[in-house]
Amino acid sequence: MIQVILPAHLRTLGRVDGAVELKIDGPVTQRTVLDALEAKVPALRGTIRDHGTLQRRPFIRFFACEEDLSHESPDAPLPEAVATGAEPFLVVGAIAGGLDR
Amino acid sequence: MSSVRVLVGTRKGAFILTSDGNRDQWEVDGPHFGGWELYHLKGSPADPDRIYASQSSGWFGQQIQRSNDGGKSWEQADNKFLYDGVPGTHQWYDGKPHPWEFKRVWHLEPSPTDPDVVFAGVEDAALFRSGDGGKSWQELSGLRGHDTGSRWQPGAGGMCLHTVILDPANVNRIYIAISAAGAFRTDDGGVTWRPINQGLRSEYIPDPNAEVGHCVHHVAMHPARPGVLFMQKHWDVMRSDDAGDSWREVSGNLPTDFGFVIDVNANEPETIYVVPIKSDSEHYPPEGKLRVYRSRSGGNEWEALTSGLPQKDCYVNVLRDAMAVDELDSCGIYFGTTGGQVYASSDNGDNWAPIVQNLPAVLSVEVQTLP
Repeated sequence: MIQVILPAHLRTLGRVDGAVELKIDGPVTQRTVLDALEAKVPALRGTIRDHGTLQRRPFIRFFACEEDLSHESPDAPLPEAVATGAEPFLVVGAIAGGLDR
Repeated sequence: MSSVRVLVGTRKGAFILTSDGNRDQWEVDGPHFGGWELYHLKGSPADPDRIYASQSSGWFGQQIQRSNDGGKSWEQADNKFLYDGVPGTHQWYDGKPHPWEFKRVWHLEPSPTDPDVVFAGVEDAALFRSGDGGKSWQELSGLRGHDTGSRWQPGAGGMCLHTVILDPANVNRIYIAISAAGAFRTDDGGVTWRPINQGLRSEYIPDPNAEVGHCVHHVAMHPARPGVLFMQKHWDVMRSDDAGDSWREVSGNLPTDFGFVIDVNANEPETIYVVPIKSDSEHYPPEGKLRVYRSRSGGNEWEALTSGLPQKDCYVNVLRDAMAVDELDSCGIYFGTTGGQVYASSDNGDNWAPIVQNLPAVLSVEVQTLP
């Protein structure tokens, strides 16, 4: 099972404890992981990627296996260790995030 | 005995302040949605236990929350605000075309008669409506599609549609205001719109009397007189007696006519309130004195209300949606500051006291008067 770890605010919003476990048939990519995540936890729609364009929101980062995968293609295969569940796929709020008025 | 519930949106969560009708003992509940920006919360006049909240974050975007029990518990409503059709462009700060991009909901305005009907004013400026309690949103795109839409420009706070006023006597009439496009009105339920900015004069735009481009900060209306509007513009306090068709300045003897909030006493439609702010770059009260100004003549003659408010070393701001009134016999006036204080007066503004003093920066204040 693929393990997705969310930032605290999204765990609260989605009412989930700990990692979200996902079963994905076929290629394991950012897109298929996020599709499965949003299907399992619909409250997360629009919070990680834009509703319309499905692009990653600017201050969201994707980490796995100690690598920043944020700028990889959403259709690129994720590391094998993520696909096997040995390593989690981390959704992270960027340290530079937030807006002020 | 009546009671009041004050809904406070802050930079880091929502707070609900409650008191009985005496309004001297308060309970503070919160933060709800701690860590998120709560630009606005508002209860339905048709069902006061129904409250809508705009929850947003620079990281995670927009959420809409809905309560059916007066704010004790919340459920997530739909957060999909998609512009109708091909969004097109408006002007950017550099004068170039810029695509319309949804950023956040600034203001939620529930229908006076149907708790499932609610309007959302958003940035980049557009008006959305939900007829199912926030489960889905549809844009009233005739506004953004107005001939002038491609010429609208953002104000310093973004191109936000921050004011939505529903005419209680005419379901087809809605007023909205946008920074920095100006005020608009529909008389056909939102299908077509027209600018209502005649009489506004803004020296910071190339044509000070232009049809659009004015930085309207807030507009207020007394529900018993829906054709009379009061406006706090970037500079100037304005009044219209013909549903916005024309405006005249009523700044009178204010120490400065810059500011953000404006509101009307619930029992005296000619009694209005503003909080003068020093200037467009100095967003704090003049002389470090936090003063609400009241006019009992619908403008022009103003008196400073200072009792209970800090009169030295005060450099907070009061943002555009951060003042509200209750409907009790002696009207209660409430406002919140960027310093995290929420002040209340239970005697029409004569005397003030803080309800709470150390919240995150206050973005909005609304009041519900409960039976």
